[in-house]
Amino acid sequence: MTKRVRVQATINGEEAEFLCEPRQSLLEVLRETLGLTGAKEGCNNGNCGACNVILDGALVNSCLVLAVEINGRRVTTIEGIATAQGLHPLQEKFIVHAALQCGFCTPGFIVAAKALLDQNPNPSETEIRGWLAGNLCRCTGYDRIVRAVMDAAQVQDGIL
Amino acid sequence: MTTTLPVDEKKDSYDVIGKNPLRHDGTDKVTGRAQYGADIRLPGMLYGAMVRSSHAHARILSIDTSQAEAYPGVRAVVTAKDLPDVESKIAELGEGTINLRHQSNNVLAKDKVLYFGHAVAAVAAINVHIAEAAAALIEVEYEVLPPVLDVRKAMQADSAILLDDMRTDELGKKGDVPSNVAAHYQIQTGDLEKGFQDASVIVEREFFTSMVHQGYIEPQNATAQYNPDGQITIWCSTQGSFGVREQTAEILEMPVSKIRVVPMEIGGGFGGKVGVYLEPVVVLLSRKSGYRPVKMTMTRSDVLAATGPTSGSYIKVKMGANREGKITAVQALLAYEAGAYPGSPVGGGMGVMFAPYRIENALVDGYDVLVNKPRTAAYRAPGGSNAAFACETMVDELCEKLGMDPIEFRLLNGAREGDRRVDGPTFARIGFLETLEAAQKSSHYCGPLEGPNRSHRGRGVASGFWYNYGGKSSASASVNSDGTVSLITGSVDIGGTRTSVAMQLAEGLGIPAESIHPAVVDTDSVGYTEGTYGSRTTFSTGWAAYEVSKLLKEKLLERAALIWETQPDKIRFEHGRFLFDDKQMTFAQLASRLDETGGPVVASAAVRPERSAPTFATHIVDVEVDPETGKVQILRYTAVQDAGKAIYPDYVASQMQGGVAQGVGWALNEEYLYDEQGRLVNASLLDYRMPVTLDLPMIETVIVEVPNPGHPYGVRGVGEVPIVPPPAALANAIYHAIGVRMTTLPMTPARIVAELNKQEG
Repeated sequence: MTKRVRVQATINGEEAEFLCEPRQSLLEVLRETLGLTGAKEGCNNGNCGACNVILDGALVNSCLVLAVEINGRRVTTIEGIATAQGLHPLQEKFIVHAALQCGFCTPGFIVAAKALLDQNPNPSETEIRGWLAGNLCRCTGYDRIVRAVMDAAQVQDGIL
Repeated sequence: MTTTLPVDEKKDSYDVIGKNPLRHDGTDKVTGRAQYGADIRLPGMLYGAMVRSSHAHARILSIDTSQAEAYPGVRAVVTAKDLPDVESKIAELGEGTINLRHQSNNVLAKDKVLYFGHAVAAVAAINVHIAEAAAALIEVEYEVLPPVLDVRKAMQADSAILLDDMRTDELGKKGDVPSNVAAHYQIQTGDLEKGFQDASVIVEREFFTSMVHQGYIEPQNATAQYNPDGQITIWCSTQGSFGVREQTAEILEMPVSKIRVVPMEIGGGFGGKVGVYLEPVVVLLSRKSGYRPVKMTMTRSDVLAATGPTSGSYIKVKMGANREGKITAVQALLAYEAGAYPGSPVGGGMGVMFAPYRIENALVDGYDVLVNKPRTAAYRAPGGSNAAFACETMVDELCEKLGMDPIEFRLLNGAREGDRRVDGPTFARIGFLETLEAAQKSSHYCGPLEGPNRSHRGRGVASGFWYNYGGKSSASASVNSDGTVSLITGSVDIGGTRTSVAMQLAEGLGIPAESIHPAVVDTDSVGYTEGTYGSRTTFSTGWAAYEVSKLLKEKLLERAALIWETQPDKIRFEHGRFLFDDKQMTFAQLASRLDETGGPVVASAAVRPERSAPTFATHIVDVEVDPETGKVQILRYTAVQDAGKAIYPDYVASQMQGGVAQGVGWALNEEYLYDEQGRLVNASLLDYRMPVTLDLPMIETVIVEVPNPGHPYGVRGVGEVPIVPPPAALANAIYHAIGVRMTTLPMTPARIVAELNKQEG
């Protein structure tokens, strides 16, 4: 059995500590060790975006990050997007705009869109499409997803 | 933007139907809490890995599993030897049939591997890395055979043969020599020769399409727990839990009652998650590992190499029209790749092809052909897009030669109530002409063709038809004391059907959709229900929910009668209120008094409509083609579709938009690429290029409502037809942009540049 490594990190605002093998991806550890199954495995090689998480403020595919790399760092997953006050505007707008059908790609899209709005609170449609080009959705044709993000940006803008 | 155009003469008086309530599973799905198949974790669970063939066509001489079995952490290894020898038997499988022996051999190859990626053996171990390492130690000795990769070469007498016992079903008569042609079908009507003599314009072309994948983002997965008492539970991602139960029971030769299938949330299917792949294998691994639960998840390359796809095809079409623009005769030959086992959707394609038109003289031949590629699975309107690509391109060419507007031509020739389809059935009330009229009046069709550059712009139009299936569905409901109703069904929710079904129950009870609590349950907990395919769930399961509403209403009227000491037929029930003389009670008020009037109120219903009603779509697309690079940019896209009554309009529009997006991918980018040895060389989502946000504009939708007289609320089914027109609509737009008829899918930049070079040369 491969030797395990101890990793400490902040996940969704809480201190987490786990043992993992050096070859394990962050996605595998989130899902299999920590029980955070909101990040999805669609391709396991960085092409679909279903496993998107935010690592120290940057959007990453968690299947392309080794779990040992997050030692001492901050990770936000889909489970950390809603707050005690309720759903994030992006989550609300995805429901209101019917921006999902099967919902499998949805966590990745919401995390990706959150990373966008965190750095660009008022993106244009073109900027949204460019930012989300790394996330695949096979159900919706993207129309409603883009609209949900535009609408959430406006709501969030109003709050800020 | 979505526009809804009701054609129904009587004005709707619906309280719930036609509105857009928030979907019931929305919060679960935006918070990551919804549990999909691969999210399951059971105590003591093992992880599986599959050994797959690296050859397209080979005889298996031996399989040595000894090193894998000895590998530390491995708990079980299985091969086809662990499967019973299933007899040939035909089973219904969603929108197609399958021979269960072939299904068994596809799950684990027995004597031969028939495609790159064909499953050969499986391992269960304490983690997935150990399972994969052990799988790599399994040695399979092959005698490599010549791969059969081209549908027309496969049909030749001197081709290598995939299945030694395959004899062509030649118009119902079995052939006597081995062949890769599983079946030849024919549709014939009228007098073809005379029809073409009457034509003043005749067009004829050949069309080629490649295999394409459904492309669901969630890979196939399955978890099984075999109990020492012989009871089995399977958790999986499937479109139909009862179908998984049946197929697994047949392949493992055990009664269906031994198996309980729990359908987890499903990450897309589009027809590709109807047949089983992993389920029987994890059951075997669970038993062999000493009854440990075993989970197996496909990798993305496994998904592309060994599941789906739909057929590549060769299609030849000839169409004639007279000077007035009336179609006089049509002839077509369709050869579809079935993949490794028979069952391509060529029959679907043959029927779809000319269905939008009134045609008196026709001859259509179809061939179901084996090639060394994965066994094909249903994909959204199976067989339809290939056929419509060919037919609708030829219609555009006829229009051009006749100097007619493409919508005028279709209005002149379009099928209407009472017309007989080329393949037999007579249309009841249909909405094809209504979609054409709506397309003609749309702001898109009336508007200018605009793009960033001044040249190489074109507009294309194409129409499409789909049958729509009905089938068996069950539903049960119970009234809660707070005025809500719990609804349980067996219909897996891929795109909002919890809500579209709940809305039909709510409508019947006059209560808001939010007062229904819909749940999708396992095969032991609800009556038999076919899968979510064939555009059938809102139609059939919705109908079952409507029947449940009638039963509940009857029982509640009895309760109200007890309270008011009268007869149930003296009480009126309107919009969720019980009315008697000057007294009234809301649904919730009565629900709170069930205990004092006899206890719980529950009801169940099952329906079995043979079929739904067909639907039509007409699409308009504007493109700009870069003559240097061959890249096609979509400037504007409008999809018009007859939905029957749109129960849940946002999700109807979303089905239309999703179908368009898949059709665009099929038209412009997606294709299976094999090398000469038959190895799939683009088995990743980087190289198998599905549309991303930047490839598509907003997709405008016009929902035309011509209610289906064969459904209590007029539902037709909406999911499939929107993928039928896009390839042809784009081909026509590209033609009008650059003057080249593209006859091969996908219409990649390289193919477009090659055609432009030919034109110049």
